[in-house]
Amino acid sequence: MLLEISELSVFYGKIQALDGVSLDVEEGEIACLIGANGAGKSTTLKTISGLRKVAHGAVRFKGADITHVPGHRRVTMGICQAPEGRGIFPGMTVMDNLGMGAYTRKKRDAERVTGDYERVFSLFPRLKERRKQIAGTMSGGEQQMLAIGRALMSDPDLLLLDEPSMGLAPMLVTQIFEIIKEINGQGTTILLVEQNAIQALSVSRRAYVLESGHITRRALAADLLDDDSIRAAYLGG
Amino acid sequence: MHNFVSQIWPSIVDGTTTGAIYALMALGYTLVYGVLRLINFAHSEVFMVGTFASLFTLHALHINYAPGGIEAIGVFAAITIAAMAASGLVAVGVEYVAYRPLRKRNSSSLANLISAIGMSFFLQEVFALRYGRDLIPFPRILLKNVLFHIGNAEVRSDMVLVVGSALVMMFILDRFVNGTRLGRGIRAVAQDASTAVLMGVNIDRVITLTFLLGGIMAGVAAMLYGTFYEVTQYNIGFVIGIKGFTAAVLGGIGNIRGALVGGFALGLVETFGGAIFTAQWIDVVAFSVLVLVLLFRPTGILGESLQRARA
Ligand SMILES: Nc1ncnc2c1ncn2[C@@H]1O[C@H](COP(=O)(O)OP(=O)(O)O)[C@@H](O)[C@H]1O
Ligand SMILES: [Mg+2]
Repeated sequence: MLLEISELSVFYGKIQALDGVSLDVEEGEIACLIGANGAGKSTTLKTISGLRKVAHGAVRFKGADITHVPGHRRVTMGICQAPEGRGIFPGMTVMDNLGMGAYTRKKRDAERVTGDYERVFSLFPRLKERRKQIAGTMSGGEQQMLAIGRALMSDPDLLLLDEPSMGLAPMLVTQIFEIIKEINGQGTTILLVEQNAIQALSVSRRAYVLESGHITRRALAADLLDDDSIRAAYLGG
Repeated sequence: MHNFVSQIWPSIVDGTTTGAIYALMALGYTLVYGVLRLINFAHSEVFMVGTFASLFTLHALHINYAPGGIEAIGVFAAITIAAMAASGLVAVGVEYVAYRPLRKRNSSSLANLISAIGMSFFLQEVFALRYGRDLIPFPRILLKNVLFHIGNAEVRSDMVLVVGSALVMMFILDRFVNGTRLGRGIRAVAQDASTAVLMGVNIDRVITLTFLLGGIMAGVAAMLYGTFYEVTQYNIGFVIGIKGFTAAVLGGIGNIRGALVGGFALGLVETFGGAIFTAQWIDVVAFSVLVLVLLFRPTGILGESLQRARA
């Protein structure tokens, strides 16, 4: 397993956001974590990225225990996240935002970094056109693309995506999920968090359902898509 | 009125000179505010330490005259480096001792404020106990001859030194923050600290760097102050610190170019206020202008920060 989370509990002050969450992501796959607003999806990703302290449980990445590794070092280890709500740097240009994605890359990797810019620009031609634009002035869809492209600039082994389709027009949603499949096809493992369950399940192999801090279902995504109780709860019947 | 007209050019020249020092100080407040959203009230002592470092370097080199040629360049390089190093180190030390432990505990901004005031008093008292409470003179290390005139104002060599050095430092800082990888890290933390961590930015290191840069700017301000006013004292930083802070707020705190605008604006307002109302009124005029500007533009002349600007 590339990522193994076991019995994870996380608190905000006295409020418990995660209660014994366990989940695995296998190398090469897309796994998704679906659940309603407030279920603890973002908290799970933040904890994987090292932004939240773990009260109990462990996070293992590539076999190593990273539960207490500081967040910034996890990027060098190969974990990068495109955060919820288009967490781009609004005052920076598109190029500077992408440059932030490559912040931890070494000078001697310059050639590969150039290649990664090419990769990002071919996935998102829009970003190439808008290279010099201040990111905060772009549309929601463009900002979302930038957040994903920026995460790719760190050349991650595990890409964490927090609700990439949130607030996008239906056509853009389809496009974003196509791109997610394409990124995965190029060899990047992805853990996808979504409220948009149908789309998320249809691109994923493995799926988890999170309800108020607990994992209530774990299955192959295809099986959940066919499951009546899941359809009723998350897929609108 | 005739008297005032004759004061216009001299006021501009004087105001630009003091404004340059205010601007350098304002940078320290603005940089730290940008990344931590706190006012480093101990920055005035960062400046004070820099003046002492310049003075002691002069003593150590036995310079009590105005050197010329190569020697002058060497002496100015030495006192500049000494002041930058001392102020930079003190700034980093203040962060490490007064702010970092509180940050790790998520303490309130009030706790930070008290910690800063404590740090300020501590540094002042250390210097007061060691070097007394009186004004300590600097030797004259620069002949203050008139180089040229602007209108009816005399422009002296020390004014050129102050304004020139300040502009060079501000240019270098601007290039660093806007043109290097580390500078981009600073801007990233200023805009969104958690997202910066997601990109692999070591926040603690960026904060240290920010205090160091602010300290270096204060060090240069201190060296220039010593050369221009030729005195120091354990509490010399107090007034300059308030002025630098005011300049930062005036220009738009968190905004590097705002610090420059605010510094020169404050310097000019002061000298013109002094020319119109006599010198005792300088501070009253300066702060009235601050209040007025903030009434109409709560985020200062250039707005809160370039980092957050939408366009
Ligand atoms: N910064 C915070 N402070 C306090 N509580 C929080 C904070 N962030 C999230 N929570 C709480 O933690 C729970 C999980 O939130 P979150 O992980 O954001 O859910 P999701 O991403 O699934 O919508 C919610 O009950 C939310 O109110
Ligand atoms: Mg969320």
